[in-house]
Amino acid sequence: MSYTPQMQELIKKVEATRPERVARAKRGENFPALSLEERAVVLGKFHPDYQEEGRRALRVGPDKGLVVPEEVAKVMESRSMLRPEKIDLSKPDYDTDILILGAGGGGTSAALMATDAGLKVIMATKLRHGDANTMMAEGGIQAATQECDSPYYHYMDTIGGGHFTNQPDLVAALAHDAPLSIAWLEALGMIFNKKPDGRLDSRHFGGSCRKRMQSSGDMTGAEIMRVLRDEARNRRDRISTLEFTPAVEIILDESGKCAGAVLYNMETREFFIARAKAVVIATGGNGRLHIKGFATTNHYGATMDGVVMCYRVGVGTTCLPSTQYHPTGVAYPEQNVGLLITEKVRGLGAHVLNIDGEQFCFPLEPRDVESAELIKEALEVNKAVVTPTGRYGLWLDSPMIDLLHGEGTVRKELPAKFIQFERHGIDISKDPMLVYPTLHYQNGGIAINADCETVVPGLYSAGECTGGLHGENRLMGNSLQDVITFGRRAGISAAKYVTGGVELGKLTLDHIAKFEKELVDAGITDSIIAPILLPDYSTDEVSARRLAEARQESE
Amino acid sequence: MSAPKQVATGDRAILPEGAKTIPIYVMGKRYEVPETLTIMKAMEFAGFKFLRGAGCRGGICGACPTVYRKEGDYKLYFGLACQTVVEPNMYLAQIPFYPANRAVYDIEQIEPLADAVHALYPEIFRCVACNNCSKACPMKVEVLDYISAIKQGDLARAAKLSFDCIQCGMCASRCMGELPQYHIAQLVRRLYGKYIQPGAEHLQKRVAQIESGKYDGMLAELQKMSHAELEKIYKEREREPDMVPLGTWMPKDVSHL
Ligand SMILES: Cc1cc2nc3c(=O)[nH]c(=O)nc-3n(C[C@H](O)[C@H](O)[C@H](O)COP(=O)(O)OP(=O)(O)OC[C@H]3O[C@@H](n4cnc5c(N)ncnc54)[C@H](O)[C@@H]3O)c2cc1C
Ligand code: SF4
Ligand code: SF4
Ligand code: FES
Repeated sequence: MSYTPQMQELIKKVEATRPERVARAKRGENFPALSLEERAVVLGKFHPDYQEEGRRALRVGPDKGLVVPEEVAKVMESRSMLRPEKIDLSKPDYDTDILILGAGGGGTSAALMATDAGLKVIMATKLRHGDANTMMAEGGIQAATQECDSPYYHYMDTIGGGHFTNQPDLVAALAHDAPLSIAWLEALGMIFNKKPDGRLDSRHFGGSCRKRMQSSGDMTGAEIMRVLRDEARNRRDRISTLEFTPAVEIILDESGKCAGAVLYNMETREFFIARAKAVVIATGGNGRLHIKGFATTNHYGATMDGVVMCYRVGVGTTCLPSTQYHPTGVAYPEQNVGLLITEKVRGLGAHVLNIDGEQFCFPLEPRDVESAELIKEALEVNKAVVTPTGRYGLWLDSPMIDLLHGEGTVRKELPAKFIQFERHGIDISKDPMLVYPTLHYQNGGIAINADCETVVPGLYSAGECTGGLHGENRLMGNSLQDVITFGRRAGISAAKYVTGGVELGKLTLDHIAKFEKELVDAGITDSIIAPILLPDYSTDEVSARRLAEARQESE
Repeated sequence: MSAPKQVATGDRAILPEGAKTIPIYVMGKRYEVPETLTIMKAMEFAGFKFLRGAGCRGGICGACPTVYRKEGDYKLYFGLACQTVVEPNMYLAQIPFYPANRAVYDIEQIEPLADAVHALYPEIFRCVACNNCSKACPMKVEVLDYISAIKQGDLARAAKLSFDCIQCGMCASRCMGELPQYHIAQLVRRLYGKYIQPGAEHLQKRVAQIESGKYDGMLAELQKMSHAELEKIYKEREREPDMVPLGTWMPKDVSHL
């Protein structure tokens, strides 16, 4: 499955322009970046978020009227899996101080902080502990740790990258806590790329004014996740982790405080009532909704469940209409399509090129701008490579990296990517990669403040399922920092709230009936059932043979 | 200009033009699937819906280890279902979980010494150097080498050798000595990261500055700024040059460092 002969011919054009481009890069010369005005033009014309087609207004709930992608609207206007009137909430199966939903980076950080405060935690998650977007992050984590940098510039880059639409208190909290989070991870035993004297290796990334990206090989998220998970396992007397047991509904008490969740064992199909004095939602992103049919980089369970559950208890969202497409998803070989090629490749100096081997954009624009530029080069300029399976691709010239930084740099800095392509017969230190934008990140989500509080007392949220921090566009490395900073904050805030004394009244799921009545009143009769938990990839032929319409359920 | 048409098609397997199908055997049962797909997408094409055995779908979480044989070939092969492309007449089974002993420890109390690791995992000396583990590793980690390094007390080397481990459990499933290799390696990497690798001094300084409240005023000021003011400063930011070594460059304006 290496490159086809036709593609190999095209690669020669890339090789032809390479020496000149490398020489320019060595002199520190860059392809000119766009001005703010030019950015607006290319975004407006080519970014999927700016197209009207495939988007519509929400008809119910706290954000009624908000225009979001069709796929998002569908789950927001969904019905519950449960018939609450038939559920006995008076005898909870679990009782705990803090219930955490989602065991990625955000959930696990919250769990560790809550146990530091001496509380008991249950962490319920959909797949295994760590099967999460956190595990997949390759590129790195931002924090202003270098002398020439400071939280001030971290704030500035973040809000500028987000087109000044970010929620300021969240940005300030992130910039402030980021170095503290790195120190916390270092103290837990995370391995960072460091200089021999211990200085954290730091790089530029799209939209940075200082080198602020710290990393751990090209497995930064995996290293974070492994360390956090290992620590949580050491505390198994205080953190009990329930795998394959997602939450499907939030439970309130009669006074409107958050009081737990209904959990669903996907293997045995049993439901459990978990009562808790506080709940932290850290359920991650929504890539598996495949907005506009885009491929995604996200893990299997990224179906936006947390936002859906919160919406039903009256918690609205921030920045939900915006979605992040990562500019460089794999376009070839077919079996890797959609998978991410970390921005680090461009951070290390690789150029993005068209079919003629020419540069057409500054490689480190903010992500939405960069994605729009690639889509433009494919659709308007018509200078993309077309793969054997009919997908567009543009070259990402990874072999430049060894030429700029020395033989072996690709292998050392991008080991996981190297292996992934090598499996398919492509040596990315010698041949460029083919890339195209892919659905990557849920920019918006549950509305919170800097203490991770929602409008419902006792209900907290952190990480990718929340909105506001990144505004309409997230910078690389800010979401790993998001999950550590706000995961920790959520754990601390929830613990403080619980320690302050919480008396739970009678448990209730009345909000479900209320929400479903709203659906009926709005004339919505065809809503799906959500959280959808896992996407369905059966082909049409297989689905047809399941005879959904023509058979009877025996249960 | 019309709205751009979308070209990607989500994750549902698409049949490349002219692709043929090939037989594979999922736990002994035959299915016809398109060639060029990964085992994971091929099984979904055949109608399976994963509950166990799929996590990241990107080769990094270790949820999908798969063992297979090819017809007429005595060898046992190992791979990740989300990464391995199907071959005709492969007989496969997924092993999404394999039990392994894990020792509980306190990272603050433990000493970064080989003895401490040996005490938690005495079974490490049951290794008979058969190398089954390395052969089974889908990440091409030299498992035997890191186990040997730990036995010999070279924790730094073991940390580096084991770095690519995704904790899939394949090594443990094949181990003659019944070792939980990847749990031992995890412990060693944390010891390395916390105690052996040099600490970041500039980070400690920054932490102290933050804790002293140095940036609170600046961040408060930024939060109050109008869009126009912010935009102005944003445009005027000085960019640290790409090729200068870390820790050597300083901006002209140092008032907000
Ligand atoms: C391929 C890839 C590369 C990335 N690279 C970078 C990078 O270089 N730098 C960076 O900063 N960011 C990066 N990101 C983004 C970043 O990794 C994520 O945004 C972040 O890790 C999300 O963490 P989280 O804890 O909020 O969610 P996750 O880590 O996704 O965890 C959410 C957890 O909740 C579980 N869950 C879902 N629904 C339910 C439910 N109903 N009940 C219970 N549990 C549920 C999920 O299964 C999962 O375990 C990348 C993301 C991807 C996908
Ligand atoms: S070392 Fe073992 S657990 Fe780690 S990736 Fe290899 S086989 Fe899997
Ligand atoms: S499989 Fe077990 S016994 Fe064999 S070399 Fe590996 S660790 Fe040693
Ligand atoms: S699904 Fe995560 S490694 Fe295959």
